[in-house]
Amino acid sequence: MSEQATNNKAVLKPNKIAKRNNNKNGYLFVAPYALVFMIFILIPVLLAVILSFTNFNAIEFPTWVGFLNYITLITSDEVFMQYVLPNTVVYAVVVGIGGYILSFILAWALCNLPKLPRTVFALILYSPSMTTGVAMTVLWKVIFSGDQTGLLNSWLMSLGVITDPIVWLVNTNFLLPIVIIIGLWSSMGIGFLSMIAGILNSDESLYEAAAIDGVHNRFQEMIYITIPQMKPQMLFAAVMAIVNAFQNGLISTLLTGNPSPGYAAQLIVNHIEDYGFQRYEMGYAAAVSVVLLLIVQLFSKAANGLLTEKDEF
Amino acid sequence: MAYKGKRINPDKFEVGQLKIIAIILPLVIFMALPIIFIANHAFKPMDELFAFPPTFFVKKPTLENFTKLVKFSRTSGVPLSRYIFNSTIVTVLTVGLSLFFTTCAAFALSKIKFKGRNMMIQINQLALMFVATAVLIPRYLVICNLGLIDNTLAHVLPLVAYPVALFLVKQFVEQVPDSLIEAAYMDGATDFQVYRKIIIPMIKPAIATAAILVFQQVWTNMETSNYYINDDSMKTLTFYMNSLVNANNTVSGQGMAAAASLILFVPNLVLFIILQNSVMNTMANSGIK
Repeated sequence: MSEQATNNKAVLKPNKIAKRNNNKNGYLFVAPYALVFMIFILIPVLLAVILSFTNFNAIEFPTWVGFLNYITLITSDEVFMQYVLPNTVVYAVVVGIGGYILSFILAWALCNLPKLPRTVFALILYSPSMTTGVAMTVLWKVIFSGDQTGLLNSWLMSLGVITDPIVWLVNTNFLLPIVIIIGLWSSMGIGFLSMIAGILNSDESLYEAAAIDGVHNRFQEMIYITIPQMKPQMLFAAVMAIVNAFQNGLISTLLTGNPSPGYAAQLIVNHIEDYGFQRYEMGYAAAVSVVLLLIVQLFSKAANGLLTEKDEF
Repeated sequence: MAYKGKRINPDKFEVGQLKIIAIILPLVIFMALPIIFIANHAFKPMDELFAFPPTFFVKKPTLENFTKLVKFSRTSGVPLSRYIFNSTIVTVLTVGLSLFFTTCAAFALSKIKFKGRNMMIQINQLALMFVATAVLIPRYLVICNLGLIDNTLAHVLPLVAYPVALFLVKQFVEQVPDSLIEAAYMDGATDFQVYRKIIIPMIKPAIATAAILVFQQVWTNMETSNYYINDDSMKTLTFYMNSLVNANNTVSGQGMAAAASLILFVPNLVLFIILQNSVMNTMANSGIK
């Protein structure tokens, strides 16, 4: 009875939200977040763009050089073209795309299990992403230690795969694969959880309908029912995977220092740190930053194009 | 047997699930191994750390590494308790501020109408792709100019605005029924009362999720200690643990470092286990439309 009364009132008197189409209090509520966002995200990004057109050594006032930094980056930065860019592409493809596909398959598999085993498995798969580089440096140093006391060397030697210990963290052949494995290991992050939730919340009646309509195995079910329903979650996970793939430079710095031996595991993020905080060529580092932000933007656009429905009528 | 469909989220165990378990179990074990190893390593006594061939599991667990960790910090001038204190303060401040700012903004962006709202939502959506390491240098300049070098706030403020957290909380606030909010306005509630009495109690899962995400960002963050703080006694636990790892790359140092890693990792894990239900609840609304 009382519920009806409220409903009636709502019909009679237009509510405050609707009445005040431009409620100034909105600004008040957004202001604290917006202020911090502006100071520590927006302004730094704009500053990076401006600095990228200057020559700045952190001591003297920056001098305007136009596109020189970008031209140098493309035409004469041999380290960037020979090592950093190819490494970053390989890393991003394997950890970004590979990790994304892996996390979807795992999420899908987990959703076919009852709640308890699913929760336990999800927790185990998610926990590496909580370690974010720093906490686990010692772990990788022990596993990939270069003498025979290293865990991996010891295992491989006892299995007879190798006879002499491999100096994993100096050998340029192994550095990038090691960094990639660690990246993959810790890639089941929040996007992975989002995909699990997306699959779990898909409309159950559709599965029954599809079974009647001739979908007769789980793979078809996944392609035709599950994925179309969870595209928004897939997109969120894709954005997270892309950011993760380009952001992660800490691992190689912590394991091998910056720059890594022979630039073998040098990623674009390491290149920025190298120029910005070791050579103090801030303008140049800013140009690399802008390129990085653009690449991330480009990849996210591509994911957006792939995963949002435009062809619907 | 006809295919029935609807196998997602089964209620009980079926034989068919064994296939799936058989496929993912090796991977799950592979993912878990490093963490199991570090947990074992941290409790190994000296002779097991030195053991050859190296062992994976601890045989005679001891707290030696943890006590050494405390002792070692005494010799380095700044006691361990100082770093723990710093990290706690920084984490509590960041998570607290971030949650307050984020929920306020999420409420306004999804339930209050004002000019520029859609643009703000778009900007935040774009900022999901923000790569913090890319703006390390300009951020440093900003912090310099604000005079925040060697200030606790330099640890806190850069991490307060986290676009992913705002996005998730905003998605969740949108699920709060408008009729409820309208009824409150009808009874004469102010915007702040609506935020306080209706929105906050209804979005607890999203708040828990945002708390975990921000916690993970700040608890293991080393950037702020590395670049914005010069005074060693102002730095955080993560920084100290890391310098410990680098300074003691000997076998005896490894035990200490493993203990340190465990100390850093466990709060994350415990928090996630406690809040995992809320997290999954929130992630259901995480889609970008």
